[in-house]
Amino acid sequence: MQVLKKIGLGLAAMLASLNAFADYAWNFPEPVTPMALDTLHVHNKFMLIAMAIFFVVLAIMIYSIFAHRKSKNFKPVADKAPSTAVEIFWILIPFAILLLIDFVIMGVPAYHSVIMMENTRDKANMVIKITGSQWRWQYEYMDGDAQGIKFVSNLSTPKEQTDKGFAGTKDGNYLLEVDNHLVLPVGAKVRILMTSADVMHNWWVPQFGSSRLAVPGFIRETWVQVLKAGTYRGQCKELCGKGHGYMPVVVDALPAEEYKIWVAAKKEELAKASIGADREWTKDELVANGKTVYEKNCAVCHQVSGAGLPPAFPALTGSKIANAPIFGADGKYLKDSHLDRVLNGVRVMPSWKALLNDIEIASVITYERNALGNSMGDVLQPAQVKTARQ
Amino acid sequence: MSTITVVHHEEHAEHPTGIIRWLTTTNHKDIGTMYLTFALIMFFVGGAMILGIRAELFKPGLQLMNPEFFNQLIGVHALIMIFAALMPAATGFANWMIPLQIGAPDMALPRLNNWGFWLLPPSAILLTLPFTLALFGIGDGALATGWTFYPPLSIQGGIGVDFAIFAVHLLGISSVLGSINIIVTVFNMRAPGMTLMKMPMFVWGWLITAFLLIATIPVLAGAVTMLLTDRHFGTHFFDAAGGGDPIMFQHLFWFFGHPEVYILLLPVWGFIPQILETFSRKPMYGYKAQVYSFWGVGVLSVVVWAHHFFTSGMPVPALLYFMYSTMAISLPLAVMFFCWIKTMWKGSMSFETPMLFTVGWIILFGIGGLTGLVLADVAADAQYHNSYFIVAHFHYTLFAGGIMGIMAGTYYWLPKMTGHMYSEKLGKLHFWLTAISFNLTFIPQFFLGLAGMPRRIPDYALQFAEFNMISTIAAFILGLSQLLFVYNIVTCARGGKKATAQVWEGAQGLEWTLPSPPPYHSFTEQPTVK
Repeated sequence: MQVLKKIGLGLAAMLASLNAFADYAWNFPEPVTPMALDTLHVHNKFMLIAMAIFFVVLAIMIYSIFAHRKSKNFKPVADKAPSTAVEIFWILIPFAILLLIDFVIMGVPAYHSVIMMENTRDKANMVIKITGSQWRWQYEYMDGDAQGIKFVSNLSTPKEQTDKGFAGTKDGNYLLEVDNHLVLPVGAKVRILMTSADVMHNWWVPQFGSSRLAVPGFIRETWVQVLKAGTYRGQCKELCGKGHGYMPVVVDALPAEEYKIWVAAKKEELAKASIGADREWTKDELVANGKTVYEKNCAVCHQVSGAGLPPAFPALTGSKIANAPIFGADGKYLKDSHLDRVLNGVRVMPSWKALLNDIEIASVITYERNALGNSMGDVLQPAQVKTARQ
Repeated sequence: MSTITVVHHEEHAEHPTGIIRWLTTTNHKDIGTMYLTFALIMFFVGGAMILGIRAELFKPGLQLMNPEFFNQLIGVHALIMIFAALMPAATGFANWMIPLQIGAPDMALPRLNNWGFWLLPPSAILLTLPFTLALFGIGDGALATGWTFYPPLSIQGGIGVDFAIFAVHLLGISSVLGSINIIVTVFNMRAPGMTLMKMPMFVWGWLITAFLLIATIPVLAGAVTMLLTDRHFGTHFFDAAGGGDPIMFQHLFWFFGHPEVYILLLPVWGFIPQILETFSRKPMYGYKAQVYSFWGVGVLSVVVWAHHFFTSGMPVPALLYFMYSTMAISLPLAVMFFCWIKTMWKGSMSFETPMLFTVGWIILFGIGGLTGLVLADVAADAQYHNSYFIVAHFHYTLFAGGIMGIMAGTYYWLPKMTGHMYSEKLGKLHFWLTAISFNLTFIPQFFLGLAGMPRRIPDYALQFAEFNMISTIAAFILGLSQLLFVYNIVTCARGGKKATAQVWEGAQGLEWTLPSPPPYHSFTEQPTVK
């Protein structure tokens, strides 16, 4: 019964959604870069050619199926191999047509698209570096006014919505919203340097028409030039572990003036965030701040409760590492200590060195040692993290 | 299968019975039957996995499983369908039909043949065992990297990766043994008068497949062994930090992986012209052209591998080379399609189940082929790559182009193998249900891909909901319709209307000169081919 009910609901939803299909994308989403525009043209052209070939051949076959059947008493006519020059000529014509389609009608525009896509040599207006990691994107502005801006972009869909068995209403941009959008100026040719901190990822915004693999240890290049202001959404496109479906890309393209304002504001914000890195923090401050950092970055594997998902993702509650000293007698942090793990990672655990600032690392470690069922009672100061980094 | 033991030459009939017969058999028909049964069972195991996935994707949100388990299912589904369903099915037909079609008493290396089969069940167990172990708290489940094993993800993974690596080793050994056997059989055991250019198309398809397997399986075995040493013995083949390169694995893997597509398809391409000429009641058109096209595809298949990872980044000349060489595959394929349709043209066609599957196959595989041609374009591939568009594309080639072809072959030769006719009514019902639900499953996925849905995600944005729902419902119909297939095969093996030696009015070839079912040892006296 349950199954029948489900199928019934599904069919009802299908019928109801026929209306929604009117504005449903049957093709690539609206292109906003020269590359995406070109890709759409090439795609449309090739699809038309492919469909034309398909339907012509299908028509011939269907005619034959209806005309040449035994039930209509059609007597088979044996084929004879082509023997005269004229017959061989006729056989070669479809071959020649296909050569023309493959290597001229399709081959030439495809050639130009490739050259365009790979043209990262032309002077770019700005350069950004994108680092994929499990399971977030890190953006760094490499030159111009924005030089030095660097931030991490995490999924910001509320966690309860992505939990198993969530039955309520989901946000409109479910799984396609992040806390920090990448912001690019409209019209600028942006050279993108792509790399990864752990496994392979693929940075993909369908409306940009570009996607490039982020390979750990290597830098790959691509470029975008967004021609229209707006917010564009995409996702990671290379299987990268359990959070693969949860690392969206969101890009805001702003007109030049607004972009300048954003750059100034972002710089101020980042400067503010690092204020206080040198002062002494209280335990309560660190724990309170650490809870936010933990739930945003760590809870995806170690769970909000700290119970983890053993054996792949160990529990922090009662963990040997979170309940052991961080610093040795010489004042340096110990190998395999809590701080070592967070800074440098091990196996599946990523290195957080580049992803979190000193305050965030100090907060989250203090939180993990004094909450989640642990009570070490000690405090890690941002200044100590700063020293440990050197 | 006692029906098969109708024996003409009593002195050859002595063989053990019961389980010992199947464990020790060196008879090509027994081994063929085991391959086919194994493939059918694994087809349902892999199918059950994908139905779990489709159920999860029925609507946005996580309902049934967590993402880790989802990732394990997708990879193991692919490995099982490719290595444990489609390949053994093709090998099963090779064992059954190659000796019958070339007029040989058995395969050339019967003991090797037995070993080749018995490597399969352990490797299937290796692939799926981590699921069970995880239930007992050992390890964290099966391979969760997709079937492609890409490092560094596979270096991070748990014991499932090691199990899968060993499973692939065993499967590879089995395939290479089978290939050696087929090559030796075809080159040495043809009946007098059967020159290479008189061999049935199926034998040609398998001969080229066998060479491709021997050429490429060792590369895969090497690549996964390097992965194993990277994981456990401190090497850095695929780790940039130690001077390696993760992209090198992609090259090695797809050097095997692309020919693998044709390894799966060439035997099926051999079925098609034979079934067409039978039900069109006229000899196939362009035999030579088809043989040369098979060779053309075989040779091209080993030089186009990098089109599977255009977005990984490569030099422009490499991109252009792989794009144009990929497009070139359409030339021999077009010749084959032309020959197949010309074989139907002005024939006297009737549409029994094998013919229905073959005609459906031509249309659906045509869609798979043409979308493949579009995918060759590097720029547009940046959009298609790893989206649902590619998922739809390769299911048109491997489900429609592979499995539906195997089904056509099954209905075509089942009366020969069992000596009974299957139910034509159920067969036709099976065809229509399969063809319609297959399209309803995968056409929406083309649009999902174009709209921007990446593959291998357990949960998706709300705009993809409708098409996923249709796809899931259709996938369940597709899965359930396959029960008809099993029912039809089982009832046919057990009894039914007796089949004649000829079975089909227009059937041609040596296998139809033997009674149905053929004697335990086929062709004890060599037939002569004019």
